[in-house]
Amino acid sequence: MPTTERLLEVHDLVVRFPGRRGGSITVIDGVSFDLAAGETLSLVGESGSGKTTIGRAILGLAPVTDGSISFRGETISNVPRSRRRKLASDIQVVFQDPYSSLNPSMTVESILVEPLAAAGVEGGRARVRHLLDAVGLPAGAGQRYPREFSGGQRQRVAIARALALEPAVIVCDEPTSALDVTTQATVLSLFKDLQAATGVAYLFISHDLGVVNEISDRIAVLYQGRIAEIGEAHQVATRPRHEYTHRLQMAAPVADPRKQRERREQRLALLATGPHDPGIGPLARKGDT
Amino acid sequence: MTINPETVGPEAVGSAPAVQPVKRSVIGQLLRNPQGAACLAYLALVVLIAVSAPWLAPAGPNVTDLAATNAPPLTAGHPLGGDSAGRDILDRLIWGSRQTVVAVLVVVVVSVLLGVIAGLVAGFYRGRFELVASFVTDVIMSLPGIVLLIALYALTGPNIPAAMAVFGVLIAPTYYRLVRSIVLGVRNELYVDAARVVGLSDLRIVGRHVLWAVRAPVIIQSSFVMAAAIGIEAGVSFLGLGDPAGASWGIVLQTSFNAIYNNAWAVLWPALVISLTILTLVLLGNALSDVLQSSARSKLLSPRRRHALVAAADRAKKTAPVADSALVGSSDDVVLSVRDLRIGYPTAGGVDEVVHGVDLDVRRGEIHGLVGESGSGKSQIAFSTLGILPREALILGGHVLLDGEDLLADSRLMLAARGRRIGYIPQEPMSNLDPSFTIGAQLVYGLRATRPMSKGEARRRLVELLARVGITEPERVMRLYPHQISGGMAQRVLICGAVASDPDIIVADEPTTALDVTVQAEVLELLRELSRERGLAMILVTHNLGVVADLCDTVSVMKDGRIVERADVEAIFESPRQAYTQQLLSSSRRVELMEI
Amino acid sequence: MWLSSLKNLVRSLAVLLVVTFATFSLMFGNAPGIAKAVLGLAATPEAVQGKVVELGLDRPLLVQYWSWATHAIQGDLGRSFYTGEPVSDALASRVPVTLALIVIALLLTAVLSVILGVTAAVRGGSVDRALQFVSVLGTAVPAFIVAIALVLVLAIRWPVFPATGYVSPDASLSGWAASLVLPVTALLIGSVASAAQQFRSAVLDTLGRDYVRTLRARGIDERYVVFRHVLRNSAAPGLTVLSLTMLGLLGGAVFIEQVFALPGMGQLANASAQINDVPMVMGTVLVTIVIVLVVNFLGDLAITIANPKARAR
Repeated sequence: MPTTERLLEVHDLVVRFPGRRGGSITVIDGVSFDLAAGETLSLVGESGSGKTTIGRAILGLAPVTDGSISFRGETISNVPRSRRRKLASDIQVVFQDPYSSLNPSMTVESILVEPLAAAGVEGGRARVRHLLDAVGLPAGAGQRYPREFSGGQRQRVAIARALALEPAVIVCDEPTSALDVTTQATVLSLFKDLQAATGVAYLFISHDLGVVNEISDRIAVLYQGRIAEIGEAHQVATRPRHEYTHRLQMAAPVADPRKQRERREQRLALLATGPHDPGIGPLARKGDT
Repeated sequence: MTINPETVGPEAVGSAPAVQPVKRSVIGQLLRNPQGAACLAYLALVVLIAVSAPWLAPAGPNVTDLAATNAPPLTAGHPLGGDSAGRDILDRLIWGSRQTVVAVLVVVVVSVLLGVIAGLVAGFYRGRFELVASFVTDVIMSLPGIVLLIALYALTGPNIPAAMAVFGVLIAPTYYRLVRSIVLGVRNELYVDAARVVGLSDLRIVGRHVLWAVRAPVIIQSSFVMAAAIGIEAGVSFLGLGDPAGASWGIVLQTSFNAIYNNAWAVLWPALVISLTILTLVLLGNALSDVLQSSARSKLLSPRRRHALVAAADRAKKTAPVADSALVGSSDDVVLSVRDLRIGYPTAGGVDEVVHGVDLDVRRGEIHGLVGESGSGKSQIAFSTLGILPREALILGGHVLLDGEDLLADSRLMLAARGRRIGYIPQEPMSNLDPSFTIGAQLVYGLRATRPMSKGEARRRLVELLARVGITEPERVMRLYPHQISGGMAQRVLICGAVASDPDIIVADEPTTALDVTVQAEVLELLRELSRERGLAMILVTHNLGVVADLCDTVSVMKDGRIVERADVEAIFESPRQAYTQQLLSSSRRVELMEI
Repeated sequence: MWLSSLKNLVRSLAVLLVVTFATFSLMFGNAPGIAKAVLGLAATPEAVQGKVVELGLDRPLLVQYWSWATHAIQGDLGRSFYTGEPVSDALASRVPVTLALIVIALLLTAVLSVILGVTAAVRGGSVDRALQFVSVLGTAVPAFIVAIALVLVLAIRWPVFPATGYVSPDASLSGWAASLVLPVTALLIGSVASAAQQFRSAVLDTLGRDYVRTLRARGIDERYVVFRHVLRNSAAPGLTVLSLTMLGLLGGAVFIEQVFALPGMGQLANASAQINDVPMVMGTVLVTIVIVLVVNFLGDLAITIANPKARAR
């Protein structure tokens, strides 16, 4: 059960990147939220919403132009590299692409030992066996290379790596988007089990409202760099208050032909009354975040 | 022309090669490759000769014997003959190998140290260092090396090691560019981001993650650099800029060339030795590339071999069971029929079959979903109906019947049908438009290729169709280039292109997977409308059961190259018979939204 | 588009300045050495010093360079330390020879390597493997050795072409052509081998793109796919290949002129360098780098014109 300790506080976050011909692009335009210990907060949005950039800013991989991010009361935005490195034992990450987030020239064991060695923790090897076990991989997996595993199994290795230093927060950047639907289900279960066992908090980033609904306590919906809506998961997913969330929700098809037909009619009725997209619109491709 | 290491070798044009783990010792792997082993043996021999010159030719390279002036080969005491000053050619070549080895070492050491370190720093830290280094590199590479070496002769004098050191500086930019581009690529890899988050210092990141990526390409490049070094060293000596008292292969060649009318044989030996050594180093570079990286070597088999593989697979045919066959066989109602389709890819040990005898029927106006996870073979089937499988693919058997005619049996039928009666909608919108032509040009050209009509008529039809697929201001869009439109628009353009020639059936390969969910909904709606309006049949390849439920009339579920279940859409979702179908459904439904 | 061309121009001028200044300093820096080379090893220190002053080598390097540069812009490249002949006169007779050699070789290389590279990429199989094999040989054997082999076979053994010497086109057009056949061939073999390989890579890369598959699926004839779309998209890397080839040809020409005794720039540079006639060498360096920069600039301009992303701004 999530406690009330506020682990992560994001306050009026603004992230701007230099544009191609001078000027700048504002990717995140004033976003505020917090994450309590042991809870799962999801950031949902389409491409261009800025959700991935928020994750990267929290991890120190994207610059913070304005506003602040703090962890356990201490500011962590724009701090020197040495301070950032110490945060490794508090905030970790699981990336989307299981193929490029693991160095293909390292064995699974070396990948898992790396964070431990960096933090100066002894007894790495024993810990590796424990980690492999926790994510449901066989003990012999340590000697093999990432390319010998499937996408779902590699993602488990990535999760094991994130857990190695027993962090308080794990940023999950679309961790199941590149997986098959059956694998996705098992990996989501794994995330839930691990949270129950360790009490870790998740900042779960995704474009899929359905996935997010399955795993979250709270959901924040992002649209073009701002939070359109934030609230309790069940409420946001089924009775959204913001029009964009509603559109998002209606657009995702469900695996039931009859229900889907009804939803389609509802959606068309809604669009017929409200504003629609301009033909030459700025909606970017998925993955442009 | 002397070798330019930047242009020789399999990865010459283009990006940095894929990172491959260097498993065991490089030498060990190389020795297993026959080409590599032969090259290493030859080079070892050259080094051995260079080292043991004082014992092989104790008299030194400058002993003259007037009787041997311009002697032909196989004269007594002079196996390769004598040069115009009466010196033994073989002895001179033996001693000359020393200069060659020294030259190569100097060049490699200087260029690797300068180029690799500069490339690492520039690629990793970027900023001002990179700006300066890139400018300096451009400057160095703007003059042909030999011209600079000639110019600097005033400074170095007839001193080959010094000239080689200069050449090393001149060739360092090839390492710089190589290393920098690899580092830039690696920097963007997620595993480097992960290493940062995990708390590694920059030094550890460079040492562990970056250097590993750089190791193999630098080794391979060095082989070509050594080849270039030998060429330049010989060339510089040949031009007369070398040390006349010394014996270098280039000087031997120069002496022989100057006396070519008197003794043609004397030219052959140094030319042979120089060429052979350079060739060996180039071949070694290619062998290293094969061993250390999966290079873009021609993996195509000869047509004879392909036939043999197909025949062998034919003999080993097994029939595939199909659950709930709703197949109709050929009838007027069926526009496309696939029968017993088998597709495979050649591997080291034969053929790897990826589609094991698939049957499929699509009626007129029917939207047929082909559902499966990755590796199920669904895209392979789609590509085979259009004849656009990758070159390496082997069609091991089966038929694709369009209105009763087997497209696989006669390639002319396939070519005639493609684009005209069967249309294609690809998955990734942006990468499927030719970046060098305007939207209008591509669409008009594509339409006129299948339906003869004037340009004006084609334009008119396409503008109408673009408006129909939901693009406002179609005239303006026709004049734009692909990079100026969004992904959703690009997909609409591709749909327009597929439908423009009025085909009977469309093959759509995951047409909405790359789109945002709101755009996806619109595109699905569009596909449905087009199908109804034009009586278009469709094969919709997808992994998303929601899409299937939204759009399809019938569904085939694929797993591991076989169709495990086939039924009408309502039957599949309400009463799936196979365990796999049920598993797919339950996984899908788990992450679905509850009703409002 | 014009902005990027302007930036290119400025960059080229900067490169020109840096290269000429660097080579100038390195060559003219060793004043006593140069004077001694001119006078001979037996010269007395006073004679050497006198020569240094006479040639103006005692002035600060920057002053010397400035003087040289300002004169160079007006076409005055100084005089030979030995003969006193104006450098620009010597170059004027030499440059056309080298240019003839290189330009012909470049044009032939472009045509041949495009044909070979495209054929190998599109056909694949044994045609491709044959090209790979021949390419390796062609790039491995240095141009001057190829040249010597050609001389042996086609000029000495069977006297089809002249072994040495250059005939000016004003004197005899057929003689001029005959005197260039072997030299151009020697250059061609290496440069075609290398350029064809690179074209092949560029075409293979384009052939593997998604949009080529989609074009085929559209029903467009394979010939048009290759000639209209693939070639168009391979134009930019192709132009880069040609610029690199030009650089290689300039270097190769030095050796070829030596083998065939052609009175070109390379041979002048080589002969002058060996006697430390620095102004001559500097002159040839200048002309060489100007040629390279002009070729690169034109090449970049062509690429920019061919690239819709740059044009549409």
